[in-house]
Amino acid sequence: MTRNVNNPAGVHTRTRDSGMTEQGRPGTVLLSELVSHLRQNRTQLREEWARRITEAQLLTAMTKDEIFAEATSVYDNYVEALETGTFEALQAYARNLSERIIPRGVETHEVVGIVLLLRDVLARSLFAKYQADFTKLNRILDAYEPAANRIANTVAVGFVQERERIIREQQEAIRELSTPVLQVRERLLILPIIGVIDPQRARQLTEQLLRGIRTNRAKVVVIDITGVAAMDATVANHLVQTVEASRLLGATVIVTGLSPEIAQTIVNIGVDLGKMNTVGDLQGGIEQAERLLGYKVVPAA
Amino acid sequence: MEVPILKQGDFLIATVQAALTDADLLHFRTALIQQVVRCRSRGVIVDLTSLDVMDSFASRTLRDIAEMIRLRGAETVIVGIQPEVAFAMVQLGLKLENVTTALDLDEGLAHLGLKSTSGA
Repeated sequence: MTRNVNNPAGVHTRTRDSGMTEQGRPGTVLLSELVSHLRQNRTQLREEWARRITEAQLLTAMTKDEIFAEATSVYDNYVEALETGTFEALQAYARNLSERIIPRGVETHEVVGIVLLLRDVLARSLFAKYQADFTKLNRILDAYEPAANRIANTVAVGFVQERERIIREQQEAIRELSTPVLQVRERLLILPIIGVIDPQRARQLTEQLLRGIRTNRAKVVVIDITGVAAMDATVANHLVQTVEASRLLGATVIVTGLSPEIAQTIVNIGVDLGKMNTVGDLQGGIEQAERLLGYKVVPAA
Repeated sequence: MEVPILKQGDFLIATVQAALTDADLLHFRTALIQQVVRCRSRGVIVDLTSLDVMDSFASRTLRDIAEMIRLRGAETVIVGIQPEVAFAMVQLGLKLENVTTALDLDEGLAHLGLKSTSGA
């Protein structure tokens, strides 16, 4: 650890995460001192931290008791990470914490905020304790800062990763929900599409439909896109491909519910509309399908 | 690899059992049209149920086959294209234009049967 005499607080090498300097022992001694200080003053420091969290209006989705309980866990995990220099336990805790608080509506800036506040609270307590010995303060900070930064990083990244995982799961759930292939008559399938179709969903849709045609031995499929607000040229192409692939399995496709905008898109991409069978609405589509299959629907009496 | 061609009344049924080389495809094309002439068939079913790949040459040959058989006054129905194969084909732009397709052998025969009774 080098220090410029003219700049005592300045340039110094970063110590490794365990808080140990290259020389080894001095760092370990300092770190133990740091950790025992944090343990001894656990109660006040936790309370100070919880107070600052409320003051900063963070974690408003949680009650005071809940905040204090989580603050205790975070504090203890924090000190342990400082002490052991290993971060696996902290990572696991961060993921676990995120899993619990994300459904409560806690946001990323709140989680990052509280961890940085803890870092500040602990740093201030170190300033207070070692104010008489500037040299020692610097050495303690050399041990503390890199570890504290790594902890903040670990918690924030853990939170964000958990959010991303949840988003991916939700997207998958939405995809599965929204493409049912329904048999409404012998040999007649309906595929009602609702919402946004991205290329991945379009592909899933096609695969599901083709399997449905084979399983149900469908001769006619009505694809209803009334519920689709917009479609770009890529997806319109996918729709055309779905129609062609269905034909290869011997099924006729009737597309219903094209909005004026989508009709425009399809014309623009130059699809030969003679090949695409379209009817205005689902009712008309089903009626035509029934005719193709040789059904005649008459009133009962 | 020889494609077995079976006679069923006025119809022929050819079952492709595995991926065919280009040479096999040409041989099949020749053998099939010769059988159509010999048996005076009115309809032909080409069953692709066992096929799990399709390339552009195979696709073109199937179109040629349908065209040649049509010139003899008979109709061809391609049946049994698997969903994965159909999907791959449309992505590659291999459309079997002007070729009748049906889900399976049953459907194919029903289609040819209907056509013959409707007086075609």
